[in-house]
Amino acid sequence: MLTQALFRALDKKAIWLVAILIAVAVLVPASNLLLPNGHPLRLPNYAVPLFGKYLTFAMLALALDLVWGYCGILSLGHGAFFAIGGYAMGMYLMRQIGNRGVYANPILPDFMVFLNWKELPWYWYGFDNFWFAMLMVMLVPALLAFVFGFLAFRSRVTGVYLSIITQAMTYALLLAFFRNDMGFGGNNGLTDFKEILGAPISADTTRAALFAASAIALALAILVCSMVVNSKLGKVMIAVRDAESRTRFLGYRVEYVKLFAFVVSAVIAGIAGALYVPQVGIINPGEFEPSNSIEVVIWTAVGGRGTIIGPIIGAILVNVGKSYFTGAFPEFWLFALGALFVVTTLFLPKGIVGLIGQYRSLTTRREQHDRSAPAAPSPAEVESSADPQPKPAE
Amino acid sequence: MTDRTGTMLYLDGVSVAFDGFKALNKLSIIVYPAEMLAIIGPNGAGKTTMMDIITGKTRPDDGEVFFDGRTDLTRLDEAAIANLGIGRKFQKPTVFESQTVWDNLEMALRKPRGIFATLFYTASDTDTARITEILDTVRLLGRKDHLAADLSHGQKQWLEIGMLLAQDPKLLLVDEPVAGMTDSETVETAKLLKEIAKTRSVVVVEHDMSFVRDLGSRVTCLAEGSVLAEGSLDQVSANPVVIERYLGR
Repeated sequence: MLTQALFRALDKKAIWLVAILIAVAVLVPASNLLLPNGHPLRLPNYAVPLFGKYLTFAMLALALDLVWGYCGILSLGHGAFFAIGGYAMGMYLMRQIGNRGVYANPILPDFMVFLNWKELPWYWYGFDNFWFAMLMVMLVPALLAFVFGFLAFRSRVTGVYLSIITQAMTYALLLAFFRNDMGFGGNNGLTDFKEILGAPISADTTRAALFAASAIALALAILVCSMVVNSKLGKVMIAVRDAESRTRFLGYRVEYVKLFAFVVSAVIAGIAGALYVPQVGIINPGEFEPSNSIEVVIWTAVGGRGTIIGPIIGAILVNVGKSYFTGAFPEFWLFALGALFVVTTLFLPKGIVGLIGQYRSLTTRREQHDRSAPAAPSPAEVESSADPQPKPAE
Repeated sequence: MTDRTGTMLYLDGVSVAFDGFKALNKLSIIVYPAEMLAIIGPNGAGKTTMMDIITGKTRPDDGEVFFDGRTDLTRLDEAAIANLGIGRKFQKPTVFESQTVWDNLEMALRKPRGIFATLFYTASDTDTARITEILDTVRLLGRKDHLAADLSHGQKQWLEIGMLLAQDPKLLLVDEPVAGMTDSETVETAKLLKEIAKTRSVVVVEHDMSFVRDLGSRVTCLAEGSVLAEGSLDQVSANPVVIERYLGR
């Protein structure tokens, strides 16, 4: 049963993507670690965690695409699951600091000593164990998504209203995590990490390993997502997106279909967050910022929602652009981002991937046309086939 | 009223009001197993509201709705009612446009509807044969890999009837099945529905009188949310009240 489902997931595109990611997981660390300094093909040290960060963003965008592109749930709070995964990883990393902190307390993280706390809060128990922390990276986002989704989908909250309450969810978490009493480091969050699994966190080899882990995690997420969307459940998800009430009259429990997609998506986002934190070295409440979640929507829309590769391309391209623009023209970046979203919604409803698809069908049509009649296609025809199918923007 | 045992669909004294407007007013209808009932009536007579109540989309303010003589439909939601064996074809053909004809039928095919059963579903040979058979019945075999969006209006109607067949329901609610069909398609649809009604209960809402005549079934005329007349088409259309209120003078 499972093998059949896995087999179905391995369509040509997924195999290519996974193969590319495995190659990247090997080549990028190899180029950074094995080639001598000054070699033209050597990736500089700063680039490895930067590219690793892009991969975790790609994973987050893929997670959002599973619910938005395939199931029609526009979540404007997906950054929350990413941040929670990040906090779970951050808690593990904090416990690893041990007595090397400023206050040299073997159990309590520095911020707790500073707040004059005497003992570890119960919810910090177990996070000194890596595997327990990794379990929480998946479990806590899943639980939040389950409870939130159960209540929202059962009450049939859809469309804009759902988007607004997901936004409210991440904003509420932002405010909660800002409070020192929460026990998550308040405003400053968790930082000053020393080591992960006994390896120094900022060593080149550790960073290379984290990069490889991110690439492999993304490949696995692609496999899981393509398994889901290529199954009959994936077809039902699309049915829910396109005609929700019709799907109900076929006898499917729409709320459970959505809940499944939402929970799977939250777990993927959580893992992405957990891989993000050790590569950037900090997690703070800013990750719950509603604008972060909206940015994820932009990456997904730019790349092309409702495809597996689209959000990955979108997340990487927009973030490479962001890294460049925020360095070269810092004041300009937000305008560029806004313009990008407007242009995408108006002219590229299916994103970059949709544009490539259109170009392809255009050239094949032209070829067919050339074969049947040597005359050049009439301008009207080209125009009509180039005209994107206008779809209401959500 | 009459005993509800032995009925497939039993509506007694069903009323529902929207913002004070009485869409249904003490409506009582009975459909027996393997029987076809045609429902006619002017716009706003409550035909679609009646279907909404049977399929769980709308809750009645008052009255009883029973399926198969024992299941109270007013307590169940859409998915539960569909899984009991009530299939519905909508007035405006509603198919999943961005998916192929085949996938539309595969989703409708009567199979366990649970999340994991659906996730790990693989079409068996019987399933493939059944879908092919339905495609043949609704004449869409040649278009099985086309997107539903590319079908003509009449073909979408047929696809939706095919989806109904795939659901294998005990009771079919068919809302204006021949709107947008050519005359020959209309005749074919009447034949198909008559064939279906040999083994299942079918409720057809239609405006096209020649189509209703082709069906040759019992006819109920609704107006302002309640039954105006019942009987054969000839009896109903000879009824002076029906002529006045619906057929026109």
